[in-house]
Amino acid sequence: MTTSSLTPTRDWWRIPQRYVPVLATLTLLLVMYGVGVSQYRAFSNIQVVFNVFIDNGFLLVVAVGMTFVILTGGIDLSVGSVVAMTAMMSASLLQGGVHPAAVLVVALLVGPTLGFLMGCVIHFFDIQPFIVTLAGMFFARGMCTFISKSSIPITDPFWTSMAQERIGDPKGNFVSISVLVAFAVVLVGAFVLAYTRLGRNVHAIGGNQQSALLMGLPVGQTKIAVYVISGLCSAIGGILLSFYTLSGAPLIAVGMELDVIAAVVIGGTVLTGGSGYVFGTVLGVLVLGVIKTLITFDGSLNSWWTKIVIGGLLFAFILLQRLIGIRKK
Amino acid sequence: MSTSKARWAAVTAHSLFWPAVALVALLVANTIYRPGFLTVEMKDGHLYGSLVDILRLAAPLILVGLGMTLVIATGGIDLSVGSMCAISGAIACLHISQQPDQNALSGVLVALALGIGLSLVLGAWNGALVSIIGIQPIIATLILMVAGRGLAQLITEGQIITINSEPYKSVGVGYLLTLPLAIFIAAGVALLVAAVTRRTALGMIIEAVGGNAEASRLAGIRSARITFLVYVISAVCAGIAGFMVTANVSSADGNAAGLWIELDAILAVVIGGTSLAGGRFSLSGTILGALLIQTLTTTVYAMNISPQTSLLFKAVVVIIVCLVQAPAFRARFARRRPVAPAAPTAADQSKEQVPA
Repeated sequence: MTTSSLTPTRDWWRIPQRYVPVLATLTLLLVMYGVGVSQYRAFSNIQVVFNVFIDNGFLLVVAVGMTFVILTGGIDLSVGSVVAMTAMMSASLLQGGVHPAAVLVVALLVGPTLGFLMGCVIHFFDIQPFIVTLAGMFFARGMCTFISKSSIPITDPFWTSMAQERIGDPKGNFVSISVLVAFAVVLVGAFVLAYTRLGRNVHAIGGNQQSALLMGLPVGQTKIAVYVISGLCSAIGGILLSFYTLSGAPLIAVGMELDVIAAVVIGGTVLTGGSGYVFGTVLGVLVLGVIKTLITFDGSLNSWWTKIVIGGLLFAFILLQRLIGIRKK
Repeated sequence: MSTSKARWAAVTAHSLFWPAVALVALLVANTIYRPGFLTVEMKDGHLYGSLVDILRLAAPLILVGLGMTLVIATGGIDLSVGSMCAISGAIACLHISQQPDQNALSGVLVALALGIGLSLVLGAWNGALVSIIGIQPIIATLILMVAGRGLAQLITEGQIITINSEPYKSVGVGYLLTLPLAIFIAAGVALLVAAVTRRTALGMIIEAVGGNAEASRLAGIRSARITFLVYVISAVCAGIAGFMVTANVSSADGNAAGLWIELDAILAVVIGGTSLAGGRFSLSGTILGALLIQTLTTTVYAMNISPQTSLLFKAVVVIIVCLVQAPAFRARFARRRPVAPAAPTAADQSKEQVPA
């Protein structure tokens, strides 16, 4: 069965196989944008593209962290809850009159700390990432309601100014500060993954952990590091989300981990680890964003179609990974 | 050989022993906090009391857990059960709401058949993805976990379908012989699954597939067919659980029905001593695990703690249970020679990569 499915892919040899998923995502994104532009006149407005970034900036940041984790062959289910916990914690501290700078520091420390603990349990006690981060997800979500059972508004001047600041050209097109932060995280993430020792270790462990260990690579440190990175990205994502909504709500970002995993997979990262790009993840997030925008523009389709379409795309891309045979045995 | 058997027996006894202790401890704590906790009264010919409530509310979790146990025994995992609950409940409620007489038994039976039928189809989809196409289980079922919620909302058209049907309601809150009907349904399914897996060779075959799918295929077992089968069983169990969840509240909510039940079910299976790497399973352990989780939830409710905060307790339970079961942790804890645990650790790592 595998051999027969591999035969028609011979034509693809001209393009290096590892780029095929990313190129497929890019094509899909362009086709979807093209469909949008041809169907709706307002879609060609450049602000639509900016809005996709504004609405999905926090998703983008979290997805970069998830790319690191999935590249090592792990998974982090706790991201949605950590995002919510960070937003909740910031809102609660700000309400208590703590200085915004202190709040930022605390908020940025909590996520990585949880990630560090989860990474340690995964590495030292050899328990599946799936179940450990599930516990982390329960813990962070429980902490949200422990902090407050209802939504906390944020009225702090620094936060509101960050939320309302518009950076743009005189014609009225603008992006928010969150988008710039998201871009910065993407660039740093891409650089670390492509050009540093840590990035190479991440790819090596995802390729084959035993080999990486035998080569003398610091497997344990790297595995813990990716969960810390994922925790840090979730924390930044949580702060961006609190900029975006100007509140902390205990049930915000429920199920976000699925969106993030879907974005990473659609972006061409192989779920068994070892192969994938941050650039692909950016495309994956954009695909999700454009789907949501298209459904909003259409008006007759309802929001649940988003979930069905994401599920369908997830299926298509996993099948693609399977067909071009880059999935490891 | 006999020593390894004895060791396995000891491990099984151990992994069932601690959940039982935890359950008893929770019940004792409840009784101390609320002296009337253990009393069971007879009212209108029905038994009432906290214990009966725990049994009744644990029924959907037991059902989902049973299916999940078989899936995990083959080394897989089924994340889509929560969405399955929502879909089967939604289609059943939709059919009943369209009937002129919602109390007609025939309409309700057709609704149940529709729900089961749809579960079969979705289970077959999961099974085909895993066994025929060969996608890792966690990803294959993730697709339906995401899309399934959308499907459920598509069926209910984003509304919460409220029904007023006595026969359907009885699935969740009805009584039979003084006890809630849900308990009998869960017990019936449990007995059926236990009989089919433990009285025939099926259970052993499932464990063989979980131990090593390729080796068992070479030994003459149709591994792919077994893998396919367990996902279908899991889907049907989730479908029946969906009827109970929606019947409990007489309405179908595509978003909320069965939310996070997959996590509770996996937790129940793990507490029950079934290894996530596959290869062995314990149905009684899963039932015990489900009862423990429901007791924990009920305790949290009774102590006036927010239901969401109960997740904190669950997180602690998950970590403790996993640590106790982890070979690496036990090795450290028991301070054995470092050489002894090294070999099984390497073997486990290679296996763990299959589901994760």
